[in-house]
Amino acid sequence: MANQTNSGNERVDLAYRRRKNAEEMRHQMIAFVLMILLTLIAFAAVGYEEFSHWFVVPFILLLAAVQVAFQLYYFMHMSHKGHEFPAMFIYGGVAVMLLLVWAFTTVVWW
Amino acid sequence: MSTIARKKGVGAVLWDYLTTVDHKKIAHLYLIAGGFFFLLGGLEALLIRIQLVKPNNDFLVGGLYNEVLTMHGTTMIFLAAMPLLFAFMNAVVPLQIGARDVAFPFLNALGFWMFFFGGLFLNCSWFLGGAPDAGWTSYASLALDSKAHHGIDFYTLGLQISGFGTIMGAINFLVTIINMRAPGMTFMRMPMFTWATFVTSALILFAFPPLTVGLIFMMMDRLFGGNFFNPAAGGNTIIWEHLFWVFGHPEVYILILPSFGIFSEIFATFSRKRLFGYSSMVFATVLIAFFGFMVWAHHMFTVGMGPIANAIFAVATMAIAVPTGVKIFNWLFTMWGGSIKFTTPMYYAVAFIPSFVMGGVTGVMLSAAAADYQYHDSYFVVAHFHYVIVGGVVFALLAGTHYWWPKMFGRMLNETLGKITFWLFFIGFHLTFFIQHFLGLTGMPRRVFTYLPNQGWETGNFVSTVGAFFMAIATVILLINIVITTVKGEKVPGDAWGDGRTLEWAIASPPPVYNFAQTPLVRGLDAFWLEKMEGKKELTPAEPLGDIHMPNSSFLPFIISFGLFVAAFGFTYHNDAGWGLPVGILGLLITFGSMFLRSVIDDHGFHIHKEEVLELEKKGANA
Repeated sequence: MANQTNSGNERVDLAYRRRKNAEEMRHQMIAFVLMILLTLIAFAAVGYEEFSHWFVVPFILLLAAVQVAFQLYYFMHMSHKGHEFPAMFIYGGVAVMLLLVWAFTTVVWW
Repeated sequence: MSTIARKKGVGAVLWDYLTTVDHKKIAHLYLIAGGFFFLLGGLEALLIRIQLVKPNNDFLVGGLYNEVLTMHGTTMIFLAAMPLLFAFMNAVVPLQIGARDVAFPFLNALGFWMFFFGGLFLNCSWFLGGAPDAGWTSYASLALDSKAHHGIDFYTLGLQISGFGTIMGAINFLVTIINMRAPGMTFMRMPMFTWATFVTSALILFAFPPLTVGLIFMMMDRLFGGNFFNPAAGGNTIIWEHLFWVFGHPEVYILILPSFGIFSEIFATFSRKRLFGYSSMVFATVLIAFFGFMVWAHHMFTVGMGPIANAIFAVATMAIAVPTGVKIFNWLFTMWGGSIKFTTPMYYAVAFIPSFVMGGVTGVMLSAAAADYQYHDSYFVVAHFHYVIVGGVVFALLAGTHYWWPKMFGRMLNETLGKITFWLFFIGFHLTFFIQHFLGLTGMPRRVFTYLPNQGWETGNFVSTVGAFFMAIATVILLINIVITTVKGEKVPGDAWGDGRTLEWAIASPPPVYNFAQTPLVRGLDAFWLEKMEGKKELTPAEPLGDIHMPNSSFLPFIISFGLFVAAFGFTYHNDAGWGLPVGILGLLITFGSMFLRSVIDDHGFHIHKEEVLELEKKGANA
């Protein structure tokens, strides 16, 4: 993608790419710090004995979902253009599996 | 390596097909293997009908009848209908999008051989004690109780192996269609068959994993001491039914959507008009696929899921009639005002509409949960699904065979014999299955090997058996037609029907190994028709003529699949015999060893040089 620009001036292109990369790196660092933080919170939630299991389990699952989103969007670049199809198929698969789990929990193991 | 065609010996041709990675040759392989299993499944159907021709018959009794019935269903769905559709997808989709091959040619070959060895393994059961006998649905409560022989193990392992192949094929088509369309071929300019292949591949991608999970659970329970489906040990036998139908319902759309695609091509071509409501066709296809995932439990209304679950699944099921109706009306409006040419494929297409609608109407009847309690497990259900699968899928396969035969083999199937096949098959089909609606409504249960006299079922069953023989004769005439055509059929030009609309008709029949000498530029829907209407003979190229990069043939796909075939035998018998486990491990070593070889051997393919392409093109134009 990077070399398909209309600008003939490589310097402009380089400056733009540098700024873009720096921004990208900042996002990755922020996401990384947040992910460490979320992991610590998860450990703390389990370690703190006042919380009941009924709170801790769904809470950790929620944190896990956020972690997956960070992983996909920041580390695997799904936030960039050109990832529409992978995104569509991931969400399609997630939807099918959620439906299945929902049906199993309500119909089979009611 | 030279690509110039010359006379080759039988051995060389065989080796060529065993090692090919060319999508056109893989299409031939799918057609031959799928056709063989279609004949096998048809033979089993005839045996079933012979047994039921009169009351108290003892032609196939009890267990043997169960085996034949199970293998008829399993063979027809997994080993005949799907591979035959894959044959057309392989033969046509890369051509329709202006590509030189699929995205992963090696994987394509591997997918075929996995399917082939899976099917072979399943059918080996006939000679090794007995075939699976718990129905094609193989419900766990029956399957775990089938202990007389290894039939069910052949089912679980065979279908796992052929399932790998199917998923590989689906991923291959998804990647191909997303990435390899010719310049200008936007999604909304793709031919309907390509669209159907795309949506079907997505369905396979999501529907096969639940089946794989179910089959692995079943394998664990039967061979490795598991208890997933054993209520006595805390398992749950209903889980199999859910997993099976989460796969099974999308599976019927996996069969019917490509069939719809084939008919869409045929209606437009022989009405010599563009497809009516193209964008609504695309939308309806996607919508049917989407709904297909939330209706599986309508196969289980009588399991006892409760009124709320039944009601939800009933309403969702009825909703599918809406996009399907959109399609039916679009086909009718495509013909409306068209300059219709009644060729053999068009016969099938026109006959498909009323036949399939009848299956659709009984489908809506069955989707009413309360009414389903009366229809359930009766011949009414048998009549329903044969109306949609034979009236929809098999008609499409026969139509597609006639329609694309000239493109695949360069010779036109005989039209007179084709029409005789059609009439015999059409009459035989309605004769066999129409009366089964009434047999079902008067209480005849499905999957039972005999019935008593004086229940009012004698005439119906007799008529039904007569119809089955009509279909058998039709199939034999089709085979004769194929032999005659192969021996002395007349050669055809690229645009074999003279009315081709899509890209595949713009190149020679059969296409050269590289398909398009120059990648074409697509300027609209029905790209080839568009060019012809502007007085051009061929497509506008999108690139200069140059060297063409091609993949090398490889024998590894065959060996990888063969390894799994060996392993499946080993694991089937590992509880009975000492040689089981070593053979199983040996098989896995063959598979993973050849996968390792595939990874370490550098294979950069080869080039067909510009001069060679020019020479081949000149020859193709003369032929």
